[in-house]
Order: sequence, then C-alpha cells, then structure tokens
Amino acid sequence: MNRVKSWVTYLQVAPLALVFLLFLIVPIATIVVVSFFDYNTTQIIPAFLLQNYEELLLSPVTWRTYQQTIQFALITWALTLGIGFTVAYFVAFHVRSPTMQTVLFLICTIPFWTSNVIRMISWIPFLGRHGLANTTLMNLGLINQPLEFLLYSDFSVVLAYVHLYTLFMVVPIFNSMMRIDRSLLEAARDAGATGWQTLVNVILPLCKPGIAIGSIFVVTIVMGDFVTVRMMSGGLSASVGLMMANAMSLLQYPAAAANAVVLLLLVLFIVAAMMRLVDIRKEL
Amino acid sequence: MAKQPDIELVSLTKRYGETVAVDSIGLRIPAGSYCCLLGPSGCGKTTTLRMIAGHEEVSEGDIILGSENITVLPPAARGTAMMFQSYALFPHLDCTDNVAFSLKMRGVDKETRRARAVEMLKRVHMDAYAGRLPAQLSGGQQQRVALARALITDPQVLLLDEPLSALDPFLRIRMREELKSLQTRLGISFIHVTHSQDEAMALADLVVVMNGGRIEQAAPPREVFNRPASAFVAKFIGGHNVLPAAVARAGVGEGPFVAIRADRMSVRPGSSGEAGVTSLQGVTRSVEYLGSTVQVGIDVTGLETLSATLSEARFDASPVRPGEPVILSWRPEDVHVLGR
Repeated sequence: MNRVKSWVTYLQVAPLALVFLLFLIVPIATIVVVSFFDYNTTQIIPAFLLQNYEELLLSPVTWRTYQQTIQFALITWALTLGIGFTVAYFVAFHVRSPTMQTVLFLICTIPFWTSNVIRMISWIPFLGRHGLANTTLMNLGLINQPLEFLLYSDFSVVLAYVHLYTLFMVVPIFNSMMRIDRSLLEAARDAGATGWQTLVNVILPLCKPGIAIGSIFVVTIVMGDFVTVRMMSGGLSASVGLMMANAMSLLQYPAAAANAVVLLLLVLFIVAAMMRLVDIRKEL
Repeated sequence: MAKQPDIELVSLTKRYGETVAVDSIGLRIPAGSYCCLLGPSGCGKTTTLRMIAGHEEVSEGDIILGSENITVLPPAARGTAMMFQSYALFPHLDCTDNVAFSLKMRGVDKETRRARAVEMLKRVHMDAYAGRLPAQLSGGQQQRVALARALITDPQVLLLDEPLSALDPFLRIRMREELKSLQTRLGISFIHVTHSQDEAMALADLVVVMNGGRIEQAAPPREVFNRPASAFVAKFIGGHNVLPAAVARAGVGEGPFVAIRADRMSVRPGSSGEAGVTSLQGVTRSVEYLGSTVQVGIDVTGLETLSATLSEARFDASPVRPGEPVILSWRPEDVHVLGR
C-alpha cells in the first residue's frame, strides 16, 4: 500500500478548513472579542472589560427575556414534535405507494415556496380583530366579541413558529422512519404487539435520531429568532434575538455581542445535552 | 409432550388483483414433521407461509391447526411463530430484550421475562451474548437469537422464511443440522420455505414442490427424488434427465415424458449404429470432475443437454473426452414415467 504524503492530505483538507475559518471561526472570534469592548453613544472602544457581561447577567430583564425565549422554544418544540411525528408517521407507514409518498412530501414543502416574512404576514389578516377567524366565529354565533388573544400575543408567536418550522421536524423523522425495516413491524405483530405497542416499543426508539435532529433544528432556530417575535407579537413579547437587535439599533455592539456569546453557550449546551441522549451519528 | 396438532390447508388461494399467487392448494402437514416448501422464486411458497403466519390475508380457503380454524386470527393468536428471512431482530434491543419482546407485549413483568429469555438463549447456546445488540452478532448468531425469539411463545408450528439464505455455505450446512436437531427435540412442526433442493432434501420429512401457485408434488424426499410427479419436479430437484417418452421408447401411453436419474446412466465412447432400445447416440459436451463423481454433459440431436453422473471408477473404465461421439444408455427398469 502506498502511503499518501502528509502534505497532500493537508492540501485536500485545506479548502473546507479555509471556508470554516473564514465564515465560522473568524466571525465568532470577532464577536467574542467585541463582547469585551467598551462603548459609548457614538463609538466602540477596544478594551478588555467584563462590564458588558455584568450588566447583562445582573439585569432582571435579561433573565425574563431568556425565560420567555426558552418557553417559546419548549412549547414550539413540543408542538412541532407532536405534529411532525404524526405527519411523518402517516406518510411513512399509512401511505403505501411511493409515488403518493413523494407527492405528499412535496405538499409539505409548499409553505417554503414563499419567504418567512410573507408567510408570517399572511396570518395577520386572518387572525386580526376583524380578521377572517374572528368574523367567522362571530357570524357562527360562537362568540360575542372578537378574540383578542389571536393576534399580537404569545399565541400568535407560537402559531407562526409551528407553521414555519414543523417541516424541519417532519423531514428527519420521516427519514428515520423510512429506514425502519418493514419486517420489524411484522415481527412485532407476530410477537403479539398491538399497533400502539409497536409504535412505542419499536418505531419510537428507532426514530430517536430523527427526533433529535429535528429538535436541534427547531430549538436552535427559535432560540435565535427575532423577526417572528417582533411581527407576531406586535412588540408585546420579547426574545433574546430581539434584545440583541434593539442593542444593535442603539449602536451598542459590545452589549449585543456579549448577549450573543451567552446565547451561543446556552444553545450549545442544549444541543450537547440532546446529543448525549441520542446518538445521531447513525443517521448521518 | 403434549399432543401436537396437524396443520391443514384447504383450497387456500391468494389473489393480488388479477394475479393468482397461490391457486387453491390443499395440503396436510402431520404433527411434528419438518416440512419444506420448495420452488423457484415467484412460485407462491413464501405467500403460502405468510398466509399461515397471518401476515397475508387469505383470499379464499381455510387454514386449520388441529381442530381450530385459524384463517382469520391475528398472528399471535394462532399458535404459530415466524422467523423472518433477514431475522428482523430489533436493532435497538439487546438479545435478551429481543427474545423477551413477546412476553413484554403480554405484560409479563421484567424479572420473569428476562429470566425466561436468558433460559431460551441458553437453549440456542447464545446466553454468553445476552447483552449484545444484533449489530454486534454474526449472521449465524443472529439466526439463533431469532430462533429463540420465535420459540419463546411455545408455538405449535414454527414458520421459517428462507432461514439459511443469508448465511455463507459452510455455516448454512451447520445451521441446517442445528435446525433439524432442534425440531426433533422440540417435537413441533417446522414449515421451512426454501429454493434450494439440497436444503429440502436434507431437512424435510415432507417436501412440497410448488410451481406457479400450485403444488406439483408433496411427498417424502426419497419419493420426490425417485418418483418425481412431473417433468417440472424432475427438472427442479435436479439429478434427472427428462426425455420425451417416445425417445426413451418406454411410454406405456401414460405420459408424454419420462425421467431417468443421471446416476443411473452409462456412457461409453462409440458411434452411430450401435444405439439400441435403451440408448442414445450423442456427442460429449463437457466433462466435470467433482471429486467422488464425474459429471458428463452430452448433446443429443433434438433434445436438451443430458447428463450422466458416473463414479470415478466407472468413468475411468471407459473415459470420454469433450467432442467425442458417445453412446448413452440406461436400464429399462430405471425409466420413470412422469404423470405430466
């Protein structure tokens, strides 16, 4: 066997390493460095201060915002998981013909044909005080006055999240399900398992990697989001991303950077915890 | 040992739309016998097995186990257990939990079911691997675990779908012996689907040769080999030359074809004019030395290639070479007239 010279190997690795260096390592390093800088209303001043972190972590507003964001993430995660698993299960196990599976799968992606913002905005005329939902319910005589919680509330924020991100849950779970050998389901039936028992004892454990990947997608996106919260809560709810956006609009870059570092650590911690629970390498 | 039940198929039929996969077959498998369903792919043997297991709906006909009609019962209520072709072990469960799976489904508590699973693993000599995942086992080991999993429900009939096809040839012969001895020890019926005639011959008490959704012949292996019921059976199980009855001049008007075992043929060098009533003139096509025997392929004008299996000594007595004209002969009592 010929051993490849070591510099050849380095050369092969170089392009990807360079991409990672330029577009991942350098920006994150910059953020970390800037998070220690000083600033005033007009400029940022290179320094090494812990002040940004102190102000951030000692403020009750920060804690409330993080709590709110984590709450959004949890609720969204639970709903997308429930809906995503059900949809994936239906397409993977109830639909028999591969053509139909492909068609249904493509239908799932239709919301992605337009941009995030447009999809969000399209909820507003539907959910508004005189929107389609309220008008219909009032005409049906089910309610006397418009439901206020439908728009510009936590409800509408979560609704938008679920609408936007359920597909991220469907795809990896569907992928996991399609890898399940169908004879395992027959073996379970042969052993006397009911449909529900098969689901709990065979399908669910074998879908764990897909669930973990979907969860990572949904949780990381929701944790970093600010557009959806701003649009759908009408400024009534806060999120960590929104907090950073506000700091940046006031040119307080170092404060925003410190917040970004904290958020990054938190999200990395969540992802690490999920990876410990489930070995997703099998799926990649 | 409790009295084991016979299993009976009564005009069992399976249709997929217009296609008939299994065409009104009738079969009685006596209790405690090793039955092999043998045939080429697409002959309906697997479908038949899956109908017995309850994994395939029956279009028409009945499946009777003992005195009970099990045609529409769910798989687990039939007293049958199935071992799948690729074993279908649950990849996320270790051997013990795989074997204990059906007990868990019945709500047996953890201690009891694991103890019974380990006991069952001991029977197939796999207790040393109780904590391993299926992916950490070899093919033969996986098969034993699959066997243990199928047997833990104390089935009256064990159904095996091409159980040996995933193994290498050496292991296949060893597992074959183990299957047979296990069946003898347990005293229950095994129904084993295979496309290998060697496997069926070696294992079965009852060989069921299937073709095109019908049973061609159901008989003990020696009878199938010595008195094949049809030209298809004679050709499929091999070791036979199938000739038109007119050529063999033995037809008593019973059937259009006769079969003569290849190992009852004689071959000697010779040319035309010498061919008699029970011989044919041909040209050697191939000579294969197989160790204890020599296989000679002979082209005869107007017929498919015929073969003769000779012992080494008989071959050496009058050797032939490819391309040589030969006389192929047989004794009249070795001619078996085929029904169809």
